[in-house]
Amino acid sequence: MEPFRSVRGGGARAWLAAAEASLLRSLVGQVMSLVEPDDLESPGHAEDTEHAEDAELAALEAMVHGPGADKPPDDPVLARLLPDGYRDDPEAAGEFRRYTEPALRSAKHQAAREMLDTLPEAGGRIQLTKDQALSWLKALNDVRLALGVRLGVTEEFEEQWGRLKPDDPQWSAFEVYAWLGAVQESLVQAMK
Amino acid sequence: MVVSAAPAEVEVPRSADNPVSDKPWVTIVWNDPVNLMSYVTYVFQHVFGYPKKKATKLMLDVHHKGKAVVAAGAREAMERNVEILHGYGLWATVKQDK
Repeated sequence: MEPFRSVRGGGARAWLAAAEASLLRSLVGQVMSLVEPDDLESPGHAEDTEHAEDAELAALEAMVHGPGADKPPDDPVLARLLPDGYRDDPEAAGEFRRYTEPALRSAKHQAAREMLDTLPEAGGRIQLTKDQALSWLKALNDVRLALGVRLGVTEEFEEQWGRLKPDDPQWSAFEVYAWLGAVQESLVQAMK
Repeated sequence: MVVSAAPAEVEVPRSADNPVSDKPWVTIVWNDPVNLMSYVTYVFQHVFGYPKKKATKLMLDVHHKGKAVVAAGAREAMERNVEILHGYGLWATVKQDK
């Protein structure tokens, strides 16, 4: 990978190897399916949702299906991606979630979609406008949050990684997590 | 970056709709081990239009003290902030600042 650099007009550019592009696409795709509404149960709906690449459509669906859940998701990753809006006030948190979670899911889905749309499967040169770069920042951050929660990452990430033996199944996941941090860092610096 | 132990100063835009005396709600951002310091600073600049120095100070408050008040105002505006910050993956909540 060649890290992100700023381009005139506020965008950013980088270069990715095919394997790196493929890894990013896979991770972003996983987050994308994770944030898709899971409480839509009407017959034939699953197929529609799968192809609902348009965030406006997703937002419409959210409206049609009414307010969202009022409890945090059971999955700790999803609970981190869709956190409570109030602490120590379950009633206010529930109310807030009911009216914001569908739109938040939709916004995260859209950022992931925009990242996939600007990430060639074979890798190569990436050229982003400012808006596209913003979607990349959000989607990359969601992937890092998801992986960070799964790995139980703390502020002492380097030490956690250092304690693992290279043949530990988690070692390569830590390596991916560190690499994602470097990619996001280069994009933040390019956007300044 | 400017490191400071002083509490966050939040400049609240004054307007007829939002007199300062009538601002009991705040937006709080909590520390988390994943978000990059540079990214959090960028989000504060981008979302709130804060200058880099102030955004950096707030980010450091979050990092060192575990949380920081990043905005104050009407409840609806604070809820909107939290919604936007959740969109960026920051861990934010609304609170009545009694």
